[in-house]
Amino acid sequence: MNETSATVATVAAKSAMAGETGTKPPQLRAARIRKQSIIKFVILFITLAFLFVPLIAMLVFTLRHPLSGRWSAAPWIAIFTGNGESLGADLTVLWQGIGTSLALCAVTVVIMLLLMVPTMVIVHIRSKALERAIEWVATLPLTIPAIVLVVGLGPIYRWLSADVLSTNPIWLCFAYVILVMPFAFRAIAVGLNSIDVKTLVEASRSLGASWPKVFFRVIIPNLWQSILSASFISIAVVLGEYTVASLLGRMNLQVALYQLGQSNSQISTAMSLLALLFGVVLLVALDLISDAMRKTREGK
Amino acid sequence: MTAAIAQNGPAAAKVAGPSANSSSSTLARHRQELGTFAVTLPFFAYTACFLLAPTVIVVIGAFQTRDGGFTLANFNKLFEPNTLSAFVTSILVSIASSVIGTVVGGLASYALVIGAKPNGLMRRLVSAISSVLAQFGGVMLAFAFIATIGINGIGTMLIKTLTGFTVNPNWLSSLPGLVTVYCYFQIPLMIIIFLPAVDSIRPQWREACESLGGNTFQYWTRVALPILAPRFISAFLLLFASAFSAYATAAALFSQRSILVPLMIQGAMRNEMDPNQQGFAQVLAFAMIIVVAIVMLLSHAVEKRAGRWQ
Repeated sequence: MNETSATVATVAAKSAMAGETGTKPPQLRAARIRKQSIIKFVILFITLAFLFVPLIAMLVFTLRHPLSGRWSAAPWIAIFTGNGESLGADLTVLWQGIGTSLALCAVTVVIMLLLMVPTMVIVHIRSKALERAIEWVATLPLTIPAIVLVVGLGPIYRWLSADVLSTNPIWLCFAYVILVMPFAFRAIAVGLNSIDVKTLVEASRSLGASWPKVFFRVIIPNLWQSILSASFISIAVVLGEYTVASLLGRMNLQVALYQLGQSNSQISTAMSLLALLFGVVLLVALDLISDAMRKTREGK
Repeated sequence: MTAAIAQNGPAAAKVAGPSANSSSSTLARHRQELGTFAVTLPFFAYTACFLLAPTVIVVIGAFQTRDGGFTLANFNKLFEPNTLSAFVTSILVSIASSVIGTVVGGLASYALVIGAKPNGLMRRLVSAISSVLAQFGGVMLAFAFIATIGINGIGTMLIKTLTGFTVNPNWLSSLPGLVTVYCYFQIPLMIIIFLPAVDSIRPQWREACESLGGNTFQYWTRVALPILAPRFISAFLLLFASAFSAYATAAALFSQRSILVPLMIQGAMRNEMDPNQQGFAQVLAFAMIIVVAIVMLLSHAVEKRAGRWQ
């Protein structure tokens, strides 16, 4: 130990003698890295504490009855057995909300894919100008907040539910496709830019494949990772959506959580925690997919 | 959609081949362009129905009287003390939470990147949690804070038993409380926005700075911060827009009081049949579009500057 520090000192002395060029002696750099890692640890610790404390509080809140102070797993048992009677809560609203939200996820993803994928592929091959126009339109919902959109959607949905469709919450999918569009667009655009679509199409066309065949047998298999990540992010957005559903008076998971929160906050907090966890799992999966995508691209 | 491509197929097949020679090429190109446009029609038709139409309805509604005539009278309500104070509160909360969010989130993303493996578990987990909290939290974030420092919150109980101090149960709906709740999605949002920017800092820059005799302070003030500044400013503007348009968390926290613009829109929408409220929701929404559009334009302008370093 002593010896090594002595060598370091001599090296330092040598490099100091080496001139006024300003090259840092190595132990100073080591000190900087040490200092950096301390700062790094402190910053991360504080940030993560701020992010995790409310989540931990949520967990504790579901386990400890706020008024009596008794500890029990009753809210979790109620959720997993589907019977909230022991807590005096009616869970039908919650099941209804979850059912609607899951159905909305499926329908929204299908419409989004049908609308975006063929359009984006064709435009990517044929026209740069149209591609830019589509990018502009698809990312526009980031600029128009949902709370603004819902003011204009009100009359449209009144007309839709009275004259064309019904008041069934499933029709919220039309609005949700717009909400997920910016996220889905980015995910698909990443995939399109990472493969050479034009060559693929020209090659398969010159080998005699029809357009549908090119699309389903060549392009889709090459794009499946971005299609999957677009779908995942859309699912996460739809599961977390509250603004449009609540202001249009439709029931979905978040509206149900809010209503249940008025009568039994423990169960709704437990369910929120589950939903957040599900979101994290979805996004970690998304991250792994994009990682795999990058690897295959680099492997080429 | 696929049917459209299939129909388009034969026509495209004729022109896409290498045989499209000079005599028919202009005609062919026109047909091809027409075909391309036809394929994009469903996309544009859909966005016209569910994105353009609602926006147009909001804008027209803001200038419309009860019987459909043109008026500017709706905008009078925008300058009533109630509305003005909602705008001031909204903007204050957005600015405060964005400042805290950009600074803390920026530092956190720096700490996540520097000296860590590019795809470490820590970074993966933090960015996934951040995306969930930043984009999909909504009502659930309100529950998290009610469970923490609400009337029966765990934090409230702990503070009471440990120090004997009772946290004001209305603290959450006060301005500092609201800023804290908003920071809970602003900091994660900053982390996801800013991670790529920190990734673009190359260690070689620091080495170059050091070998030229610069110290840490000089590196930060002369090299790193000037490069990051435009990205930092545009991230701040994005955070502002996100806080300004956030609705779900605030709506779940206060069911009655309309202290923020989005909550005021909610109130106006519920009382739409009231003749006094004619066009009020639309006017508020229109004002929000203007504010967010200005912020987004600024952010685009700043990002263009940042593009010089990419």
